[in-house]
Amino acid sequence: MAERERSHTRPRGALFVPRAQVMSASDVQRAITRMAHEIDERNRGLEHLVLVGLQTGGVPIARRLSDTLGEVGSTTIPVGSLDVAFYRDDIGLRPVLPEAVTDIAFDLTGATVVLVDDVLFTGRTIRAALNALSEYGRAQAVQLAVMVDRGHRELPIRPDFVGKNLPTRRDEMVDVTEEGVNIGDVVNR
Amino acid sequence: MSGFPRNLLGIDDLGPDGIAEVLRVTDSFVEVAHRANPKVPALRGRTVATLFFEDSTRTRVSFETAAKRLSADVLSFAAGSSSVKKGESLRDTVETIEAMGIDAVIIRHSSSGAPIQVARWVPDTAVVNAGDGWHEHPTQALLDCYTVRQALLGRDADDAGDDPTDVAGALDGDDGIGGFKGLRVVIVGDIRHSRVARSQVAAYAALGAEVTLVAPRTLLPPSLDGWPVASVSHHLDRELADADVVSLLRVQSERGSGEFVPSLREYTAGYGLTARRAAMLRPDTLILHPGPMVRGVEIASEVADLPAARITGQVSNGVAVRMAVLFLLLTQGPTEGSLHA
Repeated sequence: MAERERSHTRPRGALFVPRAQVMSASDVQRAITRMAHEIDERNRGLEHLVLVGLQTGGVPIARRLSDTLGEVGSTTIPVGSLDVAFYRDDIGLRPVLPEAVTDIAFDLTGATVVLVDDVLFTGRTIRAALNALSEYGRAQAVQLAVMVDRGHRELPIRPDFVGKNLPTRRDEMVDVTEEGVNIGDVVNR
Repeated sequence: MSGFPRNLLGIDDLGPDGIAEVLRVTDSFVEVAHRANPKVPALRGRTVATLFFEDSTRTRVSFETAAKRLSADVLSFAAGSSSVKKGESLRDTVETIEAMGIDAVIIRHSSSGAPIQVARWVPDTAVVNAGDGWHEHPTQALLDCYTVRQALLGRDADDAGDDPTDVAGALDGDDGIGGFKGLRVVIVGDIRHSRVARSQVAAYAALGAEVTLVAPRTLLPPSLDGWPVASVSHHLDRELADADVVSLLRVQSERGSGEFVPSLREYTAGYGLTARRAAMLRPDTLILHPGPMVRGVEIASEVADLPAARITGQVSNGVAVRMAVLFLLLTQGPTEGSLHA
């Protein structure tokens, strides 16, 4: 999960303890429907629109966006998945590991790519994703859709489509699942 | 998993979890290898040295390709013809390399245990054993395991019409890693002089496979105490019918294995994978060979070209496996993460 990966603790040694639910499952569904309509409106008539979810938290959201876009626009929007571990700038600072294998079965040259992630935080994952993405072809344009924008950007990156803007403390963690969005703390085991 | 070892000197450094981690991360590097640009910036600014005291082309090129595809800088020391006394020159060379600020040394040496000695001399440098005497050649065993796992996953994915990564998750469950539990692996040939065999036996056994060694008595080590093998046989024909994997070893004339058999023709008659013997295998039995193969001795030429033979697949997986090993050693080692934070 991208958010877990970005937390300042070792990804495998820490535990997420939820404190409050900030989006219910139906809130997430409504946000997906709205974002799909926004993506459709902005990119209407585009031949070559693709969604690329970031491993692992962005992938299910990308799939759901594609399903909804299919209902809205009647064309099937292909979905890929991207793991950015080898492109991160904190390799050597903490144990960075790939979460899953990248799967982009189409050439991105000329395509409009919507990158999809669960949580936007420092922006460093997206920076890595932009570099990794260029290995799969020169996209015509890249846009960014996130379920939660929690602030604290460290790079000049902004999302195009947002499910929810959520003010957070730096040391908190946001967890996005099928059942909704929770805010909580990371506890070292 | 709590950290990766500092060095890869033998398979036992990894244990089952470490082997599983190498195989899992290798999947990502196989994907990278299929791209138009098969290179990632993961080890930018790191330097890796290959130090080969013994002739090798494929292993050295494979390691150097792996390091370059991780964006590491590569220094190549061809140290074959030193007239200085062996121990002293090795220590001097290695300490010079460490003084140059090198992050990892990949060493091949004709003396068993040389990489272990080197690791003691340079505690801050990751040491990778690329083959030492008759002792170990761990990355060869890892790429064999990866090749087997890839074939098993492909087979299951064909059956289920499923996403291979889901199958990997299912196979990597309690039943041993990647479906290795109970897998019948037959290793044939010069076990006595083979570092590959030692690493293979350790790796397959750690993953839960049942290993059978097949060799003439003269090509077995004097003692098999402590070898985690299920059985030893001197009759290849009897072991073929229920083998899942047949892994052949080269008759190493340069290490004198030719002197342990009456003649190469007699070896082939008893232990070569001939067309007659290949016909006794199940159609899905995998045939592996670490290379370089001597066609007509340990493997018949037409057998080496069968679809069941994964020998070229082993070579291409070699780069991805070595990328995984270098990436894990240099980013997940016990001092990584705390050293620079």
